[in-house]
Amino acid sequence: MDKIWLIIKREYWTRVRKKSFLLATILAPLGFALLMGVSLWLSTQGAEEKTVAVLDETDLLQTRQGRALKDSPYLKFKLVNSSLETAKKGLDSLKAVGLLHIVAQDTSQLRNLRVDYYSDSELGLISLEFIKNSLSEHVKNIKVKKAGLNETILASFETSVEVSSKTILKPAKDDNSTGSMRIYVATALGAIMMFLIYIVVFIYGNMVMRSVMEEKTNRIVEVIISSVKPFYLMLGKIVGVGAVGITQFLIWAITVPLLYMGIIFVFAPRLSELANQQAATAGDVNINKINAIMAELGSFNYGSIVIFFLLFFIMGYVLYASLFAAVGSAMSDDWGEGQSLTLIVAVPVILGFYIGTAAIQNPNGNLAFFASMFPLFSPIVMPARIVFEPAWWEIALSLLLLLANSVFFVWLSGRIYRVGILLYGKKIGFWEFTKFMFRKE
Amino acid sequence: MSAILQLQNVVKQYDNYRAVDNLSFEIPEASVFGFLGPNGAGKTSTIRIITTITKADGGKILFNNQPLSPTHVSEIGYMPEERGLYKSMKVGETVLYLAQLKGMKKSAAKAELDLWLKKFDIASWYDKPIEELSKGMQQKVQFISTVLHRPKLLILDEPFSGLDPINAVLIQDEITEMHKNGTTIVFSTHRMEQVELICEHIVLINKGKNMLNGEVKAIKEQFKKNIYKIDWAGERFSIEEDAPFIIADNPNAANFNPAQSLFIQLKPNNSPQIVLRYLLNKNVNIVGFNEILPTFSEIFIQTVENKPI
Repeated sequence: MDKIWLIIKREYWTRVRKKSFLLATILAPLGFALLMGVSLWLSTQGAEEKTVAVLDETDLLQTRQGRALKDSPYLKFKLVNSSLETAKKGLDSLKAVGLLHIVAQDTSQLRNLRVDYYSDSELGLISLEFIKNSLSEHVKNIKVKKAGLNETILASFETSVEVSSKTILKPAKDDNSTGSMRIYVATALGAIMMFLIYIVVFIYGNMVMRSVMEEKTNRIVEVIISSVKPFYLMLGKIVGVGAVGITQFLIWAITVPLLYMGIIFVFAPRLSELANQQAATAGDVNINKINAIMAELGSFNYGSIVIFFLLFFIMGYVLYASLFAAVGSAMSDDWGEGQSLTLIVAVPVILGFYIGTAAIQNPNGNLAFFASMFPLFSPIVMPARIVFEPAWWEIALSLLLLLANSVFFVWLSGRIYRVGILLYGKKIGFWEFTKFMFRKE
Repeated sequence: MSAILQLQNVVKQYDNYRAVDNLSFEIPEASVFGFLGPNGAGKTSTIRIITTITKADGGKILFNNQPLSPTHVSEIGYMPEERGLYKSMKVGETVLYLAQLKGMKKSAAKAELDLWLKKFDIASWYDKPIEELSKGMQQKVQFISTVLHRPKLLILDEPFSGLDPINAVLIQDEITEMHKNGTTIVFSTHRMEQVELICEHIVLINKGKNMLNGEVKAIKEQFKKNIYKIDWAGERFSIEEDAPFIIADNPNAANFNPAQSLFIQLKPNNSPQIVLRYLLNKNVNIVGFNEILPTFSEIFIQTVENKPI
């Protein structure tokens, strides 16, 4: 037992103190923060107040046509009355960033409005959209008036559709309905968890495999297994590398939300301004959406989600890491040679991921059910389903099957491992690989 | 002399071949023991059984008269032929890690390691990553990690391969020193000149079987062919049909001046004395008369290939 502990410690420390680990662990959240900060900064930059001069050579903006172009708090329109050339030269004195030139054209049967925009600096996407929308809205209003239509009747033609999905079999929880928003949020949450497990299995499973190969090519494995049983060496390796993964996740789990909150805090004043602006112009739709997502996110039972996620995460990692260890032990010194053996692990993981992607769209269908029971797929598929709250016995059965299989695969891989690590200079095919499990000690 | 290790009818069977076939031999305590055999003879399989890496399928192995068990690992040191250490680990922690796996306490291992680093004059290496060391330097570290726990039985597989002469001498001196202090040393090697220089006992195996086993001197005696080398001065002399010897092939023709020396083999029921008397009667001016014992290379080849010398 002390010896396993020694192995775990070595596997853990030699990785955790590596520069690459420190860099990845620190840089990933910083990169996330930078990305988020920059995108927030950029989006708030667009919110500076700008003035655009408008030169109208048609009758569209004349006061008798009704209201002039609607300003936003961040984009003001200023009508100018001069020739195009003087208007262009006069931009600086108006403190305008550009000149909107509504070219002379027949406006009686307007289908396409031709407009030029003159400026030394590119117009931001949001501003461009805003100008387009303002003009289009303006022209529409003129047309509505001309046609003698009532604006309120026109507005009543617009219908927004909200789908609420309700379960038939499951007894009501509180309101017996799941808003469509909840389904989107749950799908996203499930997909994130599935993706995390998929990535972890690959990254850390590969780490275990490389570590096994290093010891084998070094021949140091012979020295070590003269003191420790190969099975314990493999186990220590799996636990040690797994602990590295958990460390990294814990660091991320702490730093990422902190950074997130920090950034939100820094940008909060600008963001609320932006939100007000949006509310003033585009209506309440986006804010409502964000609020709905926030409300749904808050409504999940995170306690059980986190616990089940961790259970599937740990067992899935152990199962696949042991397979990676077995494959690593059978690899020859040359990387390229045994590459085909990695398919043994890669195929079920990737297949699991694809099935999971399909299952998540129909989380209570047959495919989702059976995939979340099959132990090679369940660590990837079940976490995606957990947010949809499947029946408790499904989770229990899935966990039980996975546990039994993790133990079985660790045992099986141990049998392959102890033979593989002592074989040199021989390319091992798939058939021979499977035969290893039947060799006696 | 009692045996530190006894193998009795040990068998190791793989899928379609028998790597170790009813192998029996003893390693006398505090001896320097040569473990010889051509490639694929079953040496590695046998060593792996002794170091408890694998289990024998049959037979008995006694360590100090007790059945070999994993608890004996702390009394065995093993240095494989192909060597390597963890590249990203430092010298000190590597050695301490391996020593602790052998069951040593960390503090004891540290004290012992300091002694060795001082002895080899490499105390400054303690915090150096292994990957920054040259191959020869790494071998020194590996040697230290093999002997740090003061094993009673030290198994070295081709210990001098890849070592430069200075380091080879250094390691050899240490091995001699340990031998003096009562450590049993097993050399697994192909280099027969080393066997003759260093080993007191040997076992030669082929196809998993014991082909030859015993004390080096006795084996040489056993394989001798009554060949003598005669050096003389002066004129050539003739050898008649009734001489007590025949002229033998010169095993090392290039080394001698054929006009001044001669290899002879005794005819049956003759002795060196009779040969000398015969030569003296012919007034040959003898300046040298030596028995030529077979070299271990010859014994090795003869035993393995079953060819006469």
